[in-house]
Amino acid sequence: MTTLTPVLTKNWDQADSFTREAYERNGGYASLRTALGMEPSAIVDAVKDSGLRGRGGAGFPTGMKWGFLAQGTGKPTYLVVNADESEPGTCKDIPLMMADPHVLVEGVIISSFAIGAHHAFIYVRGEVLHVIRRLQEAVKEAYEAGYLGSNILGSGFDLELVVHSGAGAYICGEETALLDSLEGFRGQPRLKPPFPAVAGLYGGPTVVNNVESIASVPSIVGKGADWFASMGTEKSKGFGIFSLSGHVTRPGQYEAPLGITLRELLDMAGGVREGHELKFWTPGGSSTPIFTAEHLDVPLDFESVGAAGSMLGTRALQIFDETTCVLRAVLRWTEFYAHESCGKCTPCREGTYWLKQMLKRLEKGQGGEEDLTTLNDIADNILGRSFCALGDGATSPIHSSIKYFREEYLRHFEHGGCPFDTAKSTKWGA
Amino acid sequence: MTTFLGTPGSGNPNGPGNLHFEAGEPYDVETRQRLEQDAKDIISRYPQTRSALLPMLHLVQSIDGRITEQGVNFCAAMLDITPAQVTGVATFYTQYKRKPMGTYHVGVCINTLCAVLGGDQIWEELSEHVGVGHDETTEDGKISLERLECNAACDFAPVMMVNWEFFDNQTPDSAKELVDDLRSGKDVAPTRGAAKLCSFKDASRVLAGFADGRAHEGLQAGPESLRGVELAKEKGWEAP
Repeated sequence: MTTLTPVLTKNWDQADSFTREAYERNGGYASLRTALGMEPSAIVDAVKDSGLRGRGGAGFPTGMKWGFLAQGTGKPTYLVVNADESEPGTCKDIPLMMADPHVLVEGVIISSFAIGAHHAFIYVRGEVLHVIRRLQEAVKEAYEAGYLGSNILGSGFDLELVVHSGAGAYICGEETALLDSLEGFRGQPRLKPPFPAVAGLYGGPTVVNNVESIASVPSIVGKGADWFASMGTEKSKGFGIFSLSGHVTRPGQYEAPLGITLRELLDMAGGVREGHELKFWTPGGSSTPIFTAEHLDVPLDFESVGAAGSMLGTRALQIFDETTCVLRAVLRWTEFYAHESCGKCTPCREGTYWLKQMLKRLEKGQGGEEDLTTLNDIADNILGRSFCALGDGATSPIHSSIKYFREEYLRHFEHGGCPFDTAKSTKWGA
Repeated sequence: MTTFLGTPGSGNPNGPGNLHFEAGEPYDVETRQRLEQDAKDIISRYPQTRSALLPMLHLVQSIDGRITEQGVNFCAAMLDITPAQVTGVATFYTQYKRKPMGTYHVGVCINTLCAVLGGDQIWEELSEHVGVGHDETTEDGKISLERLECNAACDFAPVMMVNWEFFDNQTPDSAKELVDDLRSGKDVAPTRGAAKLCSFKDASRVLAGFADGRAHEGLQAGPESLRGVELAKEKGWEAP
């Protein structure tokens, strides 16, 4: 049996956990002192050896990303933290920054030292006022303690850290769109290559990492790469925050080694809400193909989820029971992608709009089986045909819902509308 | 060209005005000076000037309650770019508003998970109760409503936001009571946030990067955020 392994969430139950005083009381900023006594390259090696893979969804090895940074470009190197958490279902970074912003700040300082950055940014979505307050205060406290600014703790290392609020655009979670946004432009993705490691912020070599990835760095430095790698699976090492939401008895944040299963997590969370059964779920947000009850025992690591036809993504486990209409869920996600498509690439801009129009019609029962072929066809023509993964994500609910729930689409056509009672799916419904 | 007639902006006597934003009340000398000082503060945070644009647009909203033509022109002048370049950015992001929002800007999450758990019903009942729709404001200027996409609080669904503060685990009745309280001038506290809501304009100033000294207020974490930690303690589970 897999058990929980609280590291990042460990001190969240202390009422003042967001203060520097509490963070230091719990051992915080000790890793920073250790790191400043190390060779920067040794920190990069430790992160490589730990096996840490990006916690923002894509799962790219963090240390390898750092190792790709272009050298000798004559331009400054930057670290940018992607705190634009907006993927539907994903709700781990926001509580982390609200409860323990200092672990992120410490991670930023250590990571910047490791990669030679003297200017770092936390790009946080603008719709989370109190989280922004906590980040601003944590950065202020870190400056006051001499952890930021000039000659940090006498090491000779200088670092400026800026908390930068976005303004409401899911696309800015895509790393190159985020960089354009941070430069003061519309948040639209860039063609890659060049990757940010070569030409990122202001054209300089740039590392863009997720909040949880950077927040994992202090513990790797403090306790060692081997300690981190002792958790998780062979290729998906370490721990991660799993976010359970929806029709579950005790929704919330559960920090566990990668490779835990939904069955195990549901047991911990009291199961699907009483009197109901699991119908479908997302392993890692709405951009990851949905799973069903047959996937309860899939180890939630990058390889196993991929082999089962989806993606680990952000470990955003959205649970839906049998009262939920799949078509309604897919329509709503599709409306989201159509709304959030930045408009740069035609397949995504037009395709998501077409999908939305079709699904609205199908939900009313106006359609036939041939429409499902058309839906799949449109999705096929979006997938892989745009600069970034937003359009790809939009196709995940389409393809996977038709694969697992074709009959349910057909029932809408036979019924002349949605056969479900939406009142039963609500939190106050039966 | 008739298409330029009756357009929102009218602040520029030599041109058609800004097609996207209203002119706005002209800044008085004191406001203008304060804005310029704030803008310089913002610009100084960044290696390159233009990076200041998003925070500066939040700053404009902290004065005007939405983006205005004069705000666009102010940003353009401070950053040495054109009003068209500023407009192109301001129209891209949903937090930048084209009409005055209420003192309390109320959002209801209608993305899939919240919608299914009751967000749709909350939206319908609340919108009818308040009498305005998406991105519309009540006549008294107190309340505006917005259909929100996912706000990263799914374990607290159905979720609402007021001036970007969290209101967790909402119901149609709690939503209506919340808005009634706001309209009647009662102090309202978010579920996870400051001890008392601030105005949309004051919130915008924090987003522009000017701290309001309220970070210490409120919970460190909601009950849902603690579920795993508490279970681990109860069972004696720890990381190695």
